[in-house]
Amino acid sequence: MSHETDWERPLEQRAKIVVERLNAWYGPVHAIHDISLTILDRRITAVIGPSGCGKSTLLRCLNRMHEVQPGARAQGEVLLNGENIYASGVDPVTVRRRVGMVFQRPNPFPTMSVFDNVAAGLKLHSLLSRTRFADTVERALRRAALWDEVKDKLKKNGAALSGGQQQRLCIARALAVEPEVLLMDEPASALDPMATLAIEDLMRELVQDTTIVIVTHNMQQAARVSDKTAFLLANAQGAGELIEYGDTPQVFTNPKDERTEAYITGRFG
Amino acid sequence: MIGQYTRRKVTNYLMLTLCGLATLAAIAILLLVVGYTAVNGLPYLNLEFITQTARPLGEPGGGMRNEIIGTLILVGLASAIGLPVGLLAGSFLAEYGDGRVGTAVRLVADVLTGVPSVVIGIFVYIIMVRSMGTFSALSGGVALAIIMLPIVARTTEEMMRLIPATYREAALALGISRWRTIISVVIPGAMTGIVTGSMLAVARITGETAPLIFTALGNRFGFSGLLNPIAAMPLQIWRYATSAYDTWHQQAWAASFLLVIFVLFINISVRWLTARRYGYTR
Ligand SMILES: Nc1ncnc2c1ncn2[C@@H]1O[C@H](COP(=O)(O)OP(=O)(O)OP(=O)(O)O)[C@@H](O)[C@H]1O
Ligand SMILES: [Mg+2]
Repeated sequence: MSHETDWERPLEQRAKIVVERLNAWYGPVHAIHDISLTILDRRITAVIGPSGCGKSTLLRCLNRMHEVQPGARAQGEVLLNGENIYASGVDPVTVRRRVGMVFQRPNPFPTMSVFDNVAAGLKLHSLLSRTRFADTVERALRRAALWDEVKDKLKKNGAALSGGQQQRLCIARALAVEPEVLLMDEPASALDPMATLAIEDLMRELVQDTTIVIVTHNMQQAARVSDKTAFLLANAQGAGELIEYGDTPQVFTNPKDERTEAYITGRFG
Repeated sequence: MIGQYTRRKVTNYLMLTLCGLATLAAIAILLLVVGYTAVNGLPYLNLEFITQTARPLGEPGGGMRNEIIGTLILVGLASAIGLPVGLLAGSFLAEYGDGRVGTAVRLVADVLTGVPSVVIGIFVYIIMVRSMGTFSALSGGVALAIIMLPIVARTTEEMMRLIPATYREAALALGISRWRTIISVVIPGAMTGIVTGSMLAVARITGETAPLIFTALGNRFGFSGLLNPIAAMPLQIWRYATSAYDTWHQQAWAASFLLVIFVLFINISVRWLTARRYGYTR
């Protein structure tokens, strides 16, 4: 297996997550089919493709969030640092601590304040003192480019923010637990151009010590921020397949598959 | 076209009138009940009624202190048993209740809601009173708790199911365990509904009489421990109202009015609570 020799490779080539023949279903619906790819450590990987091709499903399989939905199941291997997170005996809770997630639709906890939302992952876990929380919360909010807007309303309800602010609140919440891998499902879909650029800056900063996988419908964004790009497309049965995976500049300027070219030049999707 | 329009308008008007009349009838009945008990009971409701115990027949005055305290103890006892058990059962149904066990428990709860309270009284009589050899406050509390249980469990379940899956997922994705997610995200979100349901269940059992006949029995003397018979307002109302003495009738009216006020108070608190929840208070 290639990943066993990974540690001898230069740092920038190391695999963080290796996906092997991954399949996922929602009840009878086959959502993704036989996807295999290697996500590099401390790199940004973009997942692109038309609506319904299984991008969110793939993402959710990477931290075992797929299976929390009724009737949903996954098959195949996902190796995180070489260890299969789907092996029996692996606690999904531990996996999710290490692989954080920002959802497609903002979902701050409606019963918690802004502060408690960001602190939730820490509070409901460890026994850190309150002051440590305050520092972590501020840092997470600053990184999510939200601090200036909410520093005077930390006690307000998290659901009382605007849609874009809620999205950044969810990003801050995910950052606060300092995951090794951050999965972001269209994190900029509800953001204005300024906030979008701030999030992109954040990703570049985070990638110093974190691995990021981002789903986006915005081709410019994928081209701007990512190192690797994966293009998914639903096959004739409606299950998403990996059509092309490579270095971002190559995928965007010189795609190997004509379907990739058709998609990125806007001819379908 | 004009004909159709007119017909629609007439139908509209007719339906509106019917709805209005039905609403009026419902309100009228409530007002009648409250008004009638108030007119008959209010004159005899005074400090003495609340602070004094019953006097021997023929002596004027006296009150229902023992019965009021007894009802409070019974309701407290029933809540202490019924609320936690109902809450846990409801959480179980909401979180793990999709299988066969859940369906069975749900069915039992729904049937239990429909069982006449007198039957529950007899059941507790056979199970507890007979085996313990005495009527008791405890058995009365258990009977009332059994009446509360399905109401609390089912409202808890319904309210927890209303919490969108996305909030649950948000917590799980942070690496928060399932039980912690239930306690810290799902239940707080459903809290107002759960409290509302619980309060209505308390209001429901406060006036229950039949199950207490077989369990709490009543007690002319003050509270004398959970394993002895205990007085209760509904029991005393029943005894006084079916007696032949005017002074007892008056006391029955006063107690009835007190019960109505208590139930009304709970219902209004519930309204206030729900209004606050769904209004913009922040
Ligand atoms: N909860 C669900 N139950 C049943 N089918 C689902 C469910 N969620 C997704 N699907 C199906 O699985 C397939 C992949 O969905 P997925 O959400 O992964 O697409 P996506 O690429 O993220 O789309 P979008 O760009 O619109 O977010 C779709 O065909 C969708 O209909
Ligand atoms: Mg999606």
